[in-house]
Amino acid sequence: MSAAAPIAAAGLPDLNRVTPVDEVGVNERVARFQARSIKTDAKARGLRLALSMIDLTTLEGQDTPGKVRQLCQKAMHLHDSLPDLPHVAAVCVYPTMVGVAREALGDSGIGVASVATAFPSGMSPLTIKLEETNIAVSEGADEIDMVISRGAFLNGDYSYVFDEIAAVKEACGDAHLKVILETGELGTLDRVRRASVLAMHAGADFIKTSTGKIQPAATMQVTCVMLQAIGDYFRESGRRVGMKPAGGISTSKLALHYLVMLNETLGGEWMTPEWFRFGASSLANDVLMQLQKQATGRYQSPDYFSID
Amino acid sequence: MATHDKTLAFDAGWSYAPAPESTDHIAIDKRYGLFIGGDFVDPADGGYFETVNPATEETLSSVASATGADVDKAVAAARKARDGAWSKMKPAERGKYIFRIARLLQERAREFAVIESLDGGKPIRESRDIDIPLSAAHFFYYAGWADKLEYAFPGRRPTPLGVAGQIIPWNFPLLMASWKIAPALACGNTVVLKPAETTPLTALKLAELIRDADLPPGVVNIVTGAGDTGAAIVDHPDVDKIAFTGSTSVGRRIQKALAGTSKKYTLELGGKAANIVFEDAAIDQAVEGIVNGIFFNQGHVCCAGSRLLVQESVADEVIEKLKTRMETLIVGDPLDKNTDIGAINSAQQLETIRSYLNVGREEGAEMYQSSASVPEQGYWCRPTLFTGVSQSNRIVQEEIFGPVLSIQTFRTLEEGLTKANNTPYGLSGGVWTDKGAKIFRMTSRIRAGVVWANTFNKFDPTSPFGGYKESGVGREGGLHGLDAYLSLEN
Repeated sequence: MSAAAPIAAAGLPDLNRVTPVDEVGVNERVARFQARSIKTDAKARGLRLALSMIDLTTLEGQDTPGKVRQLCQKAMHLHDSLPDLPHVAAVCVYPTMVGVAREALGDSGIGVASVATAFPSGMSPLTIKLEETNIAVSEGADEIDMVISRGAFLNGDYSYVFDEIAAVKEACGDAHLKVILETGELGTLDRVRRASVLAMHAGADFIKTSTGKIQPAATMQVTCVMLQAIGDYFRESGRRVGMKPAGGISTSKLALHYLVMLNETLGGEWMTPEWFRFGASSLANDVLMQLQKQATGRYQSPDYFSID
Repeated sequence: MATHDKTLAFDAGWSYAPAPESTDHIAIDKRYGLFIGGDFVDPADGGYFETVNPATEETLSSVASATGADVDKAVAAARKARDGAWSKMKPAERGKYIFRIARLLQERAREFAVIESLDGGKPIRESRDIDIPLSAAHFFYYAGWADKLEYAFPGRRPTPLGVAGQIIPWNFPLLMASWKIAPALACGNTVVLKPAETTPLTALKLAELIRDADLPPGVVNIVTGAGDTGAAIVDHPDVDKIAFTGSTSVGRRIQKALAGTSKKYTLELGGKAANIVFEDAAIDQAVEGIVNGIFFNQGHVCCAGSRLLVQESVADEVIEKLKTRMETLIVGDPLDKNTDIGAINSAQQLETIRSYLNVGREEGAEMYQSSASVPEQGYWCRPTLFTGVSQSNRIVQEEIFGPVLSIQTFRTLEEGLTKANNTPYGLSGGVWTDKGAKIFRMTSRIRAGVVWANTFNKFDPTSPFGGYKESGVGREGGLHGLDAYLSLEN
């Protein structure tokens, strides 16, 4: 495959050859990650890293330009009384808000991520999904978070899902493509693994667990399986794919558990916002509270941390 | 580990700050006597030996060395308790005492976990999450049987054997003491137990706990010492039953000594378990199972999955993933909560393991060790695997009892099965496949006391444990474990 050819040109892999997943074993592995004790320097480093990996997200029907501007302000000024804080990785919004976010974030270095492709259900014709992607990109989105067609996937129509992802990837141009599997609708870890393999072969730059609109959203089990799929894909192809668990990660402790899992599954190369993101809205303030506690030895009231 | 194009790298990652478990809350005496007749007493000839922390080589305490005279005293105390208070007590009352031991163990779990890791070198994660909770679980389980023995053996009249002599190894000191003491007491026997000489402390702490539980004096006696002490127990004419867990060579000597006597015995000896991975297995979870199978407790596990048999079509993938996973195993301070692999139990055992590493290399096998850093002081062995070996290699045939895995491949189910059974041992085995039918075909034909499917090293008090062939005689645990401490002949 030449460097210029799209990743999807190699075609849909045989998903029947994807290794099965044993749920009991995954649960045990996750329990081991959760048993790691992260203290002092390691904790401070982990918390800062977690902060820098956040896609600060607002995906509500009631979003307004004002609300999005507030969120961008928060993204750029997480907690100015703590020195040398990293900024979050990106702000994640609906396509209609991309322009607003782009303007508000300016040259802060924070990316604009836009959900697209009839988020969250994905129940639209491909032409509309592509058009939506084009609009988001032309408005200035650096990253596109698409949803897969779960109905087609569950139906066994893998080539439809594969072609759709490949088409959206093409529409993305230079924008990075995150593919949301919506694992809460896939039902089994075996399907999560297969969907991960499919998405990566179709050209995903990132694979992402959830829209946040379906329960369960991200779990450590699901993320563990996806990380292992990323590792296998890297061994085969040499291409790194990023990971984004989204939804339900709201505490520092849980974020650190995810980072332990990342650290011990894919290693140090993935421990950067380039290759790992948290899709979250309330996580940032909890991390900030923990960092403040590490700096001063005391917990502060949540009212000292801005909510935007 | 160098970063190649397609290799995951773990050296530049996020390293965890030390997270040591506190030792403020424990008390270890400078010197321990023998626990005989409900009290700690000095040994007859005044001999003591030291027990060291294998992670630091520092002396933890000095422990009495029991001679024949001490064993006589202990057996006499056990006999007196057996003929006296213990046999006159109603079974339900006996059960209450055993429940009390279980509860006290739970209450003092943290203290026992720390001492177990200090004295034996195992990671605190394991002593905290496995050894101590399972020990309490054994007492709870057998306590419940104490007044229900007639229901365990319908139509028979179960009666206790009398005085049980019990000799346990150093790999799971408190857990093995619990495996032995709990069923013995539940069945109405009294006990003389000898812990291993490198790990006597939790057994002595258990003696304190048993004293606190107000057990009638002499029901449990704990005598420390080396092989001679064990021999004195085995040879003692007033002992009715011997329960031994340890090496096959010592087990053989015990069986010889017991030949022609009326003593009942159970022997739980060595193993060289095959962990068999089929191409249709959940590979990532199988790799985890291989790691747990051989690196759990530094590989000081009689049922360790020390022989990996992997189907050839997935062998390269499994080995590569195994090596990757080994890079993330943290070797070091047993008291650190993040330690995966602790210290080798003793200088002597480390010597044994090293000599096997040499044997493996001399036989032409390819050795791979993780790049983990290990402390300078103390006894350590990095997780190790050998490829390029066959059934004829000594490291495939003999029990190493360390974190050393030998890897062979197989093509067909029959070949895998033949290799798995082609060993003098038969304690445990593992099968990894996504196909239920294959699990049944394999498990019914592997000649081993325990066979795990899609998991490894899982223990429960309700499940019997024991070996075929040179792995031993008799079963411990579960209902079968009662049989070993009862006479059903009348």
